[in-house]
Amino acid sequence: MTTSVSATFKIWRGDASGGAFVEYQTQLSEGMVVLDAVHQIQAESAPDLACRWNCKAGKCGSCSAEVNGVPRLMCMTRMNDLPVDQPVTIQPLHTFPMIRDLVTDVSWNYRQKLRVKKFSPRAPDRPDGTYTMYQRDIERVQEFRKCIECFLCQDVCHVLRDHEKHDEFIGPRLLIYTASLEMHPLDGEDRLQALKDEHGIGYCNITKCCTKVCPEEIRITDNGIIPLKERVVDEFYDPLKIVLRALGVKKQKTAK
Amino acid sequence: MAGVGTWDTHDYDVLVIGAGGAGLRAAIEAARAGVKVGLICKSLLGKAHTVMAEGGVAAAMANVDDRDSWKVHFADTMRGGQYVNNHRMAELHAQEAPARVRELESWGALFDRTREGTILQRNFGGHRYPRLAHVGDRTGLEMIRTLQDHGIHQGIAVHMEFTVVSLLKDAGRVVGVVAYDRERGRFHVFRAGATVLATGGIGKAYKITSNSWEYTGDGQALAYDAGADLLDMEFVQFHPTGMVWPPSVAGILVTEGVRGEGGVLRNSEGRRFMFDEIPENYRSSTADNEEEGWRYVTGDKEARRPPELLTRDHVARMIRREVRAGRGSPHGGVFLDISWIKSKVAGGAEHIKKKLPSMYHQFKKLADIDITAEAMEVGPTTHYMMGGVKVHAETQMSTVPGLYAAGEVAAGLHGANRLGGNSLSDLLVFGKRAGENAASFAREHAAASVADSEIQSVIGRALQAFDRPSGENPFMVQRALQEMMQENVGIVRIESEVEHALGELELLRARAANVSVDGHREYNPGWHCAIDLDNMLTVSEAVARCALARRESRGGHFRDDHPGKDAALGKVNHVVRKGPDGRMQLEAVPVLPLPADLAQIVEENK
Repeated sequence: MTTSVSATFKIWRGDASGGAFVEYQTQLSEGMVVLDAVHQIQAESAPDLACRWNCKAGKCGSCSAEVNGVPRLMCMTRMNDLPVDQPVTIQPLHTFPMIRDLVTDVSWNYRQKLRVKKFSPRAPDRPDGTYTMYQRDIERVQEFRKCIECFLCQDVCHVLRDHEKHDEFIGPRLLIYTASLEMHPLDGEDRLQALKDEHGIGYCNITKCCTKVCPEEIRITDNGIIPLKERVVDEFYDPLKIVLRALGVKKQKTAK
Repeated sequence: MAGVGTWDTHDYDVLVIGAGGAGLRAAIEAARAGVKVGLICKSLLGKAHTVMAEGGVAAAMANVDDRDSWKVHFADTMRGGQYVNNHRMAELHAQEAPARVRELESWGALFDRTREGTILQRNFGGHRYPRLAHVGDRTGLEMIRTLQDHGIHQGIAVHMEFTVVSLLKDAGRVVGVVAYDRERGRFHVFRAGATVLATGGIGKAYKITSNSWEYTGDGQALAYDAGADLLDMEFVQFHPTGMVWPPSVAGILVTEGVRGEGGVLRNSEGRRFMFDEIPENYRSSTADNEEEGWRYVTGDKEARRPPELLTRDHVARMIRREVRAGRGSPHGGVFLDISWIKSKVAGGAEHIKKKLPSMYHQFKKLADIDITAEAMEVGPTTHYMMGGVKVHAETQMSTVPGLYAAGEVAAGLHGANRLGGNSLSDLLVFGKRAGENAASFAREHAAASVADSEIQSVIGRALQAFDRPSGENPFMVQRALQEMMQENVGIVRIESEVEHALGELELLRARAANVSVDGHREYNPGWHCAIDLDNMLTVSEAVARCALARRESRGGHFRDDHPGKDAALGKVNHVVRKGPDGRMQLEAVPVLPLPADLAQIVEENK
């Protein structure tokens, strides 16, 4: 039922000092994804072609790359969704430093996470250490906790990609991480000052590119970043609060 | 290759190898004890196989059914393991799992809730009561992220994308490891007072597997080479439901949660063949008609569980039998149907998507199948290693001082067959125990130095493949090994085939010793494959030798030439170790006898 079709791939090969696209041909089979093609090329003709991957089921977020210019998980990109009458280009994430071939240094993202104040729960509700939480109270945060840390949103975000504000802006992934803590029913920490001053939430101008590439379909901008922006505005730009602060009235932590 | 060059040296009190659930939990506990902790990940942090776990974590919290208790969980685990488990591990596991799950909640995990606001628990194969705390079908992601996000604030030094090539010993104890970093291809020596293996399984020794490239038996092989005993290596779990189509995704897991939510297995004739044969020891607890089975999954406490929720070993063999008999699905599996429950539950398709979001997504994206409207095709896939490093039940120390093991790489808890959900609780309970005991061992045993000459020889061996200009491509040898193991030491075994496999392993070993690698040392997958091959060959031989010796069928091990159980073999575990001549030795050791109080619990819950 399948006819043997081959496709041409232009894969970026090189390291931090430079590189170029190299062309490979390989046979396509039914249901194949881009990662399969890369593996096949490794086994057939380029055993030293560097590529990260683990689960091959869209759950670990390791095999992020730019396929025909679009940031995607290679394991979830089916060949029959791509035009194969022209070469398929595969290149590494643009926003992070190159290591080799399709592998980039994503350690910056891990360092940013350490800058976000950690989860800080209230005391347990019951003596056995358990809490009462209802499903309706956690669903909002459960959406953010679907994140597989593929960093495609970081890659596509123009604040990082084009303007290289890595020192001033933590990026959509870490904003979603912050949202998952700020909106967690048990958390009592306050991260609004840091969001405004250190994590650069103001840089996001809501173009929603991050939401478009999210393989977990998390509504990053609408459900995460915009509510955080509202909280920051409410906290620091509310005229009444500015007056109260000037008068030295301490804020009271309100329930989330 | 010009010389072995230099290496960096790192000093820790406790070094943890592997950063899935068990490794992270061990590292957190060791750090809590106040010692200096290093954590080595083969991949990036948070990408280990725990992330793939779907169904849930088993803990007798009795939130959904108050008849549950640690005793029932213990008895279920022993029955599932066909009574060759280490009973002390099974006891500790059942007793401590609830506290370990609650602890995760205080670290930020958000499990699905009951109406009363407690942690919701779901049904799973072999568990008498709804027992699996879960987050839809992405429980593993929730757990690894919780452990990761908590762990990064505990002062643990994380080394990402490092692979360990050898353990180092001094005066009979393990004092560190030699590793290389994948990004640069440079070597590193880690010196440590105690070392914890948490490297997971061996799935990549087989062609059809739910495991990723990392699961090459590293921990088992490292321990074996360091002189440690391996236990129960014949017991490999073939999960009954992996994807079978399209070919590129064959083996990827389809969670047991599908059946827990009411999914049924049918053959090409549309019959629910799981009703055809129900093992004796589960007959009284299994429904004998479809209607009762459905009542069970919807929470009727009077109903017995449907046969789809029998243990994984049995379900996997029943599927294989249907396929062999010509009653399979078009691509060589059987049908798993959850769509039929639409007529039974409010919300229909939306209910299915809510309960099984990853499965919906996975089939939609990878197979163009809408599971709310049509059946999935599924078949057995190599999933989990019950066997592994033999450990002390309470401390998790291996038979070599200073070397600990926790999670899948360790053996004992699961016996001949693991119940779904017991791996996530295993890694929490025994990860914690390994971490705290390794920390106290390290306090009493300072790190020791190892001669440079020994380190140089380890590095020299790891680089050999670069020196062979015209050897074989390591990926080809790996593929041949996977096909050979799948064919000869797979889900159904027979003496002649296993013997054939042992011969083939000799040949493959010779081929592996002659692979060559091109190019540079930076992020070179061919080179990594060449190094992993040795580990895969070691564990494959251990599986084959133990499978040959167990002339009976029990749990994950099924012998076509000995399809029944053997009472005498039911009282032994198999141990393999490296003999003085460097060859693998096998010894049958008695199963620890059940003390009277635990025997009574087993009896009361039969």
